[in-house]
Amino acid sequence: MTDRAPTDWRTDAMRRRIVRRYGAERRFRMFGLGAIILSAGFLAFLIVTMVMQGAAGFTETRVSLPIDFAAAELTVTPEQLRGDRGNLALAGAGLEGVVDGAAGAAFAQQGGAELLSDGAWLRVRDTLKANPGMLRGRTAIDVPVATDIDVAYKGDGTPEAEQVVAALGDRLSRGLNRDFFGNADATDPTRVGIWGALKGSLLTMFVTLILAFPIGVLSALYLEEYAPKNRWTDLIEVSINNLAAVPSIIFGLLGLAVFLGTFGLPRSAPIVGGLTLALMTMPVIVIAGRNAIKAVPPSIRDAALGIGASPVQVVFHHVLPLALPGILTGTIIGMARALGETAPLLMIGMRAFIAAPPEGLTDPATVLPVQIFLWSDEVARGFVEKTSAAIIVLLVFLLAMNGVAIYLRNRFETRW
Amino acid sequence: MIRAALPLALLALTTACQDQASGGAGARAQITTVGSSTVYPFTTIVAEQFLANNPDARPPVIESTGTGAGMRLFCAGIGAAHPDIVNASRRMKRSEFDDCVKHGATEILEVQVGIDGVAFAEAKNGPNMALTPADLYSALAATPGGKKNKARTWRDVNPALPNTPIQVYGPPSTSGTRDALAELILARGCEDSDPSAKALKASDEDAFKARCQRVREDGAYIDAGENDNLIVQKLTANPNAIGVFGYSYLEENAGAVDGVPIADVAPSTATIVDGSYPGARPLYIYVKKSHLDAVPGLRLFIRQYAKLWGAGGPLARRGLIPAPADVQARSAQVVQSETPLDGNLLK
Repeated sequence: MTDRAPTDWRTDAMRRRIVRRYGAERRFRMFGLGAIILSAGFLAFLIVTMVMQGAAGFTETRVSLPIDFAAAELTVTPEQLRGDRGNLALAGAGLEGVVDGAAGAAFAQQGGAELLSDGAWLRVRDTLKANPGMLRGRTAIDVPVATDIDVAYKGDGTPEAEQVVAALGDRLSRGLNRDFFGNADATDPTRVGIWGALKGSLLTMFVTLILAFPIGVLSALYLEEYAPKNRWTDLIEVSINNLAAVPSIIFGLLGLAVFLGTFGLPRSAPIVGGLTLALMTMPVIVIAGRNAIKAVPPSIRDAALGIGASPVQVVFHHVLPLALPGILTGTIIGMARALGETAPLLMIGMRAFIAAPPEGLTDPATVLPVQIFLWSDEVARGFVEKTSAAIIVLLVFLLAMNGVAIYLRNRFETRW
Repeated sequence: MIRAALPLALLALTTACQDQASGGAGARAQITTVGSSTVYPFTTIVAEQFLANNPDARPPVIESTGTGAGMRLFCAGIGAAHPDIVNASRRMKRSEFDDCVKHGATEILEVQVGIDGVAFAEAKNGPNMALTPADLYSALAATPGGKKNKARTWRDVNPALPNTPIQVYGPPSTSGTRDALAELILARGCEDSDPSAKALKASDEDAFKARCQRVREDGAYIDAGENDNLIVQKLTANPNAIGVFGYSYLEENAGAVDGVPIADVAPSTATIVDGSYPGARPLYIYVKKSHLDAVPGLRLFIRQYAKLWGAGGPLARRGLIPAPADVQARSAQVVQSETPLDGNLLK
């Protein structure tokens, strides 16, 4: 053993080294904090711009339209208005013409019927059906205005439209656009709705989840717990890792060739979209699932086997419940990616104008990101706020999905 | 959780199999259309009016795939798995018609719904270019005069033009607008600048196409996808660039971009209808006759189209230029009498 003088911490050289060490520590902390602040800043910027632009998309501008139904002499009795036949009766009686005429009389200076949205007479129809007594009198109904007036009232219109808005003054009012949550795509921005695309997304995600989740989890379980380690399983592992990294458009082409070409499934249907996205999501679930299963301590398996459980019992009573939080996290990441996917869906015909919400898995449908893409491509000025509003709906959908995942994870999470 | 999910998965698979059975059988409740992104907005308006007049009908599905891709889908066969209508921003080609016939779609109605112009545009603060088809041919063709295109700036093409790099944003090769660019502008510029091209057109059409209609791929022509709004954005960001798109987009975006006159004729509704603007082209829909009886509402749908395409109608308000009166009458006649197209008339 050699004698060594104790370190003298007070020399200048040592002091400089200590200062450098603390400096490095502080800098590292600052960089980390900076990274967090930067990403939070980007997120805040995204959300603030979307909410600022999109909030107006959830509202509509209405104008109070006086109509004298008694003078209009619609050949409809209040009894005929009940049920679905009422729609036909009122359309047949020329309600649209009556509404246009009333607008022409009331707003002769401001362009008459041009002032109203194409869907204004539908609002009158629904009001009439709710209050059949109106047929015998004179009344004022709030109806949606045309898109250029709508945009101008919200503060971003052309000079001509601004003049009309100023002339109408307080006959204009603002309200929640309920049609936006009930309608599907339309050519007039005042009539579009997000429900068609939202329902399409829900149906597509449903198909994706019920296919990708069980198949992915079972594959992960088999590969981790049962499969022998040989060249074939290595090959499968490499293939799955590769599949998870394949660009999504390739899955679209695959879906086009297999589901539409070979199986002859209908184009533009949520079931085909779901099948295609399931192909894309499954490898992500397998990889996340295998990692989660690997992280279950071997002592749990050994203990269960030791007290006489069969391998299947070990897997389903112990390993799977303990691995579930990790599997769910992976599933949600995969599903979130699938929810935001457009490229593969373009190939199978889900980029389409469809004016009504889908009624089943085989009905033509579109999905939220495709709808956003379609609206961003529209020329009319009114679609800008609708695009942002649709993005807000997509973000809320995503947040809800993540919320469910966090809830499930916390419920099943075990610490040891 | 897993116990609940497995039967659901099986259920989904069974539904899938049932659909497979009905997919090929020829029963489909809604009209499906594919094709040109230029005709797409007009067809969506027709679809809406069709639904308003027929509240019981299922909503038509209108896809925007580009004319070329739409023709491939349309001609792949007859029956429920194949679209009923293709929107086209150019006439059907003979090869496409033959493809249709080969797959059983022998009787096809050809309906011209209106006119569109291929417009060239620059930003409001752009250099106020005035081009001729010959300039555009020398600037954009892959092999002008049979030699590889080396022009980098507009001055390389024509000494009267500014010394700015050639940057033209336009639609991809699957687009009908791009076909119109090649057939209306480049082919004409080729014949104007190179007298031997006319002889070549008569003797060897493929060689003519290769020399006159192929667009260069070295970065001067920038493929902006089927998204015309994107081109308008690129132009406002880059005042030296030129954009190529359908005339209705120019009209809608008159506040952001200016039309570039071609051969001293500025694009406008008047110059397109009278035929003096060189970049005008007809817009068509093609309908399978055998589907008229099989698909509910298809006949009403094309009649609805005929009701809306006139001057002052909803389609004209959206930017469609109505066809001349005699063409409109002929198209209306095709819709009424359901006379199929004679393939020998196509090129």
